[in-house]
Amino acid sequence: MTSLITTPNLEDPDGFYAALVAAHQGLPEKASALLNARLVLILANHIGEEKVLEEALALARAPLAAEESPDAQASSASR
Amino acid sequence: MREPADGSGSLDVSAAKNFSRPYRRSKDQDTSRPARHRVVIVGGGPVGLSLAADLGVRGVPCVVVDGKAAFGEGSRGICYAKRTLEILDRLGVGERAVEKGVTWQLGKVFRKEELLYQFDLLPEAGHKMPAFVNLQQYYLEQYLYERCQELPAVDLRFQNRCTGVEVVSPELARIRLETPDGPYALEAEYLIACDGSRSLVRQALGLSFAGRVFEDRFLIADVKMPADYPAERWFWFDPPFNPGQSALLHKQPDDIWRIDLQLGWDADPVEERRPERVRPRLEAMLGKERPFELEWISIYTFQCRRLQSFVHGPVIFAGDAAHLVSPFGARGFNSGVQDTDNLAWKLAAILAGRAPAALLATYRIEREAAADENLRHSTRSTDFITPKSHASRVIRDAALSLAAETPFARALVNSGRLSTPTVYDTPLSTPDTASFGGTARLGGPLPDAPLVRPDGRPVWLLNLLGPGFTLLYDGAELPFAVPEGLHVVRIGRDALDEAGLFRERYDAQPGSAWLVRPDQHLCARFRAVEPHAIGAAMRRALGWELPR
Repeated sequence: MTSLITTPNLEDPDGFYAALVAAHQGLPEKASALLNARLVLILANHIGEEKVLEEALALARAPLAAEESPDAQASSASR
Repeated sequence: MREPADGSGSLDVSAAKNFSRPYRRSKDQDTSRPARHRVVIVGGGPVGLSLAADLGVRGVPCVVVDGKAAFGEGSRGICYAKRTLEILDRLGVGERAVEKGVTWQLGKVFRKEELLYQFDLLPEAGHKMPAFVNLQQYYLEQYLYERCQELPAVDLRFQNRCTGVEVVSPELARIRLETPDGPYALEAEYLIACDGSRSLVRQALGLSFAGRVFEDRFLIADVKMPADYPAERWFWFDPPFNPGQSALLHKQPDDIWRIDLQLGWDADPVEERRPERVRPRLEAMLGKERPFELEWISIYTFQCRRLQSFVHGPVIFAGDAAHLVSPFGARGFNSGVQDTDNLAWKLAAILAGRAPAALLATYRIEREAAADENLRHSTRSTDFITPKSHASRVIRDAALSLAAETPFARALVNSGRLSTPTVYDTPLSTPDTASFGGTARLGGPLPDAPLVRPDGRPVWLLNLLGPGFTLLYDGAELPFAVPEGLHVVRIGRDALDEAGLFRERYDAQPGSAWLVRPDQHLCARFRAVEPHAIGAAMRRALGWELPR
């Protein structure tokens, strides 16, 4: 099983970054959020491996722990 | 199985479907001391009646008490899954349910007016029972009631309302009852609570029913309407007739249609139940030109809850009294009847001295794991249908928008994952010592297969099983004697596998054998069977190897 790749892996980092920003161009905030969500689902399906996806979710979430509201913590603990 | 959770109650508009359940005075009401029974079942709904019928066919005396005087508080539960139909068939009412019910296998999922995709439950050919049947709950209750009346071991007592329960000792419970002739009490070695989501037994024992309430309200309506829509499950996200919410349409017998409309948390449950309020909502969906009659209306809120333990000394919980799920996925009665399927043979074996009382611990192990599985599915479906946060809604909408375009996202769309039986990971199973392919799973219910009797008549595999343990053997003659009381079916002599589906589903080879529990779950299998191995597997499946 593979692990999440955290070393540079994009063929053209600057090009991809520009393409990602361009994809959002002209979209209102709501549509932008939908685009991001669609993109996440498309890429997740392409990756497929549960372990890699879990590592990616953890990495994305890690620095945001402090922003979690106490309410949300309580409700997620009760599940 | 869809009780409103918020006390809003339901309104039976037609009140036409009441089958009466007559009150008969029992001699137990004339005794000075409470009469003692081996098994008392509290609750004469479909779960309680299934348990009574199951105990009744095993000859175990049981008393069923229920406060109601008639069936028919609307359709309530309507979807019966294949495994449920197989259990009902074992109890003698499965064929009746299929004959009256609407068999369906196609589901369609819409977003706004667009068909996102459709799914076919694709029932494999060569099973007696179809994938799903829709039938009003009151029909099933009537069939089970009539079946119980044929069984001398079952003592049905309606208008016997439970008013209190006490655990007297680890081996004895006492129950107080109110009848038209006044109160009386009974004692029971085992008291089985099948008294639904608002279980009085659960409250009397002061047990907490932990879980989640989903902040949303649904209108459920059954309408009578001659219509030529196909027998399919139609589910809408954000339909034009109920913007921003969901909707479900399902066919029942007698031109009755089940409609489920999401209303949102702000909806007033009392107001929304009024027919003059319901009618325009339904007209928006069905069209004004199509006349319909309202049969039943209810407003409900989803809950996902379960008791921490299903067994409390002599008191055992089954069905909605033990666990509660949202209706999407049809896991209410379908899991309740699997509880009683699991419990009945164990109680029968314990009461006959063929199994230790410790066998009941496996009711907990097997059915609590099943409840967790059902709760997990139900919670996930509910989170998809009613997203709890802005982010959750965006992700849901992204999945819906992709589903129309690409096949992968259809797997993410969750309008209810339909009930499938649980494969038990249980100490009652003897671990496999050889590998088996096919679809039969150790701990799972047996897959059915079409066979032929030696005289040429067709017969279903599941209909060949005995009421107790059964040994399936691939061969004309077992080379040794089997333990007493074990029913043997020889594939190749008692029945022939002409279609080859038994071989395929069980990965059968000459000399292989399968040991089947009384609830039709597979508990051991052997490539080359030795006499002592069958006895040992049976002892194990009866709980003799469990810690006491």
